[in-house]
Amino acid sequence: MNIHEYQGKEILRSYGVAVPKGKVAYTVEEAVEAAKELGTKVSVVKAQIHAGGRGKAGGVKIAKNIEEVRTYADEILGKTLVTHQTGPNGKEVKRLLIEEGCNIKNEYYIGLVLDRSTSKVTMMGSEEGGTEIEEVADKTPEKIFKEVIDPVTGLLPYQARRLAFNINIPAEEIGKAVKFMMGLYQVFVEKDCSIAEINPLATTAEGDVLALDAKLNFDDNALFRQKDIVKYRDLDEEDEKEIEASKFDLSYIALEGNIGCMVNGAGLAMSTMDIIKHYHGDPANFLDVGGSATAEKVTEAFKIILSDKNVKGIFVNIFGGIMKCDVIAEGVVTATKEVGLTIPLVVRLEGTNVDAGKKILAESGLNITPAESMADGAKQIVALVNEN
Amino acid sequence: MSVFINKDTKVLVQGITGSTALFHTKQMLEYGTKIVAGVTPPKKGGTEVEGVPVFNTVAQAVNETGANASVIYVPAPFAADAIIEAVEAELDLVICITEHIPVMDMVKVKRYMEGKKTRLIGPNCPGVITPEECKIGIMPGYIHKKGHIGVISRSGTLTYEAVHQLSKNGFGQSTAVGIGGDPVNGTDFIDALKAFNEDPETEAVMMIGEIGGTAEEEAAEWVKANMTKPVVGFIGGATAPPGKRMGHAGAIISGGKGTAEEKIKVMNSCGIQVAETPAVMGETLISVLKEKGLYNKCKTH
Repeated sequence: MNIHEYQGKEILRSYGVAVPKGKVAYTVEEAVEAAKELGTKVSVVKAQIHAGGRGKAGGVKIAKNIEEVRTYADEILGKTLVTHQTGPNGKEVKRLLIEEGCNIKNEYYIGLVLDRSTSKVTMMGSEEGGTEIEEVADKTPEKIFKEVIDPVTGLLPYQARRLAFNINIPAEEIGKAVKFMMGLYQVFVEKDCSIAEINPLATTAEGDVLALDAKLNFDDNALFRQKDIVKYRDLDEEDEKEIEASKFDLSYIALEGNIGCMVNGAGLAMSTMDIIKHYHGDPANFLDVGGSATAEKVTEAFKIILSDKNVKGIFVNIFGGIMKCDVIAEGVVTATKEVGLTIPLVVRLEGTNVDAGKKILAESGLNITPAESMADGAKQIVALVNEN
Repeated sequence: MSVFINKDTKVLVQGITGSTALFHTKQMLEYGTKIVAGVTPPKKGGTEVEGVPVFNTVAQAVNETGANASVIYVPAPFAADAIIEAVEAELDLVICITEHIPVMDMVKVKRYMEGKKTRLIGPNCPGVITPEECKIGIMPGYIHKKGHIGVISRSGTLTYEAVHQLSKNGFGQSTAVGIGGDPVNGTDFIDALKAFNEDPETEAVMMIGEIGGTAEEEAAEWVKANMTKPVVGFIGGATAPPGKRMGHAGAIISGGKGTAEEKIKVMNSCGIQVAETPAVMGETLISVLKEKGLYNKCKTH
């Protein structure tokens, strides 16, 4: 799960991790009020969307007085920002963070992620603050330093010190930088983060070490024990179809194509997209109905697929193991009738009770094209969608 | 021979009284798996399920039945605890089917297991099957045939697809191992490849990966340096968009890393032929068997 920058900073603040003073604003008036309250000479008006690259897209402005806050807030609120992370349609800005300006001396990068090859949390640092870490890794990998953290001890002060020295934080600010890193690690483990990225981390003329930006992502599997994090969820930032799917325990991801897919199992669902593409089709979604699909689940899955107006045909690809093909076939027939399906439907069934399943589809009197294999099904749906 | 499990494996089921576990316990018993005990704390100890005695603790179950492997169906919030209980009881093998376990829990489990004798398979996996001997997990038993192909996979249904393609064409399997779709897992590709390399029954291996992480690349390098048997691969998710988790917690392209393209490139460069589509996983392996003169040896039915 993703949250906004201002929410991430709220969490950091509660752990004693230094962040600039700031306030969220939903309207221009609130933005002006927030700036007055801060009372600083310079304030920063920052668009709050779940995507990076806001600055380049015009979503971050420095205001030198209250009038400028009003002008920028008015300009940014309601604007659709297109960044390299939003996709071509961009995201509409509905919230702003109004923050005190800082006398920045230097900018650094600090990030925490799971390192899959050691199965341990790793803290990364670089003196190339403000630049994306992937870009630094690509161009100047020698500037990235890592500390692998033992879950038994947690991040140790000497590791934080070593990292701070490695990325050339000046000696007089090392103490504050260490405190910052220790706090950030605490947030990461206690809140079940999957990413905690501070880019940039700034040292200021006043001698502070602050998070100018904060990107916190959370492990969806741990949300059951992170009730206060779940409260931060912003449904405006999520795809409506994905929200609907999650209610029925369906794993759905919207894509740009026109062939709807319904598959059991994540690996098979991914591969079904791949094989459609291989035969020059374009998948509209990833959809895993899971191992225990019922007629109700299949119906919901169909409805979600069809709510995407780009969909011109559906490919159902099921390998019935524990899930029996006749049960799935019943579900497909019921769903087809209930939603009044008018676009081509190709169904490939394999596995337990496959003959009974095929018989149900054939005798349904519905316009369902049976497929003999995964490849056959993919070819057929691509041909049918191209005909129409 | 086979890897990890065989007809003598004595299995205990953790969380045996849950509905999923009950269903699969029946399926495993029907397949012929020796299920000797179940564990469900705290009130079910002393009862029986499907003729299997139920205990309060893993240690007690091991003591009284001599179980040497366990399979876990415990719900995600309690699964890490269940794994550690099984490791502490010194089982040889723990197979965790449970999905959606928090990553930080698995980081701790993995650390706890350092230096312990137990092998963990999973979590978030379909289990392990040695055809016609022992099935531990949730896979449909009947699609598997006894033979000489080892199968390793991060995905459940994609494994069934591969096994089905092999069995249909007359190529049985020595063992099929589902290592699971999570970013932190017990047994990885290299562990399973090593086991198949040492198993006299296995002649060739099919390795099924997917986007996310670099486990396939590391395994490919290992194959190049150590493997004496042919390995054929497949990678799911070539068309997956970056930054999105594709169902499995571990299936995500982040920071441009973990793409199918990169994995396939490295695998090819290490001598692993990669099936172009999931529909030709079986065919690709069979063509390699022919090339290596293993066709007749591996054709089982």
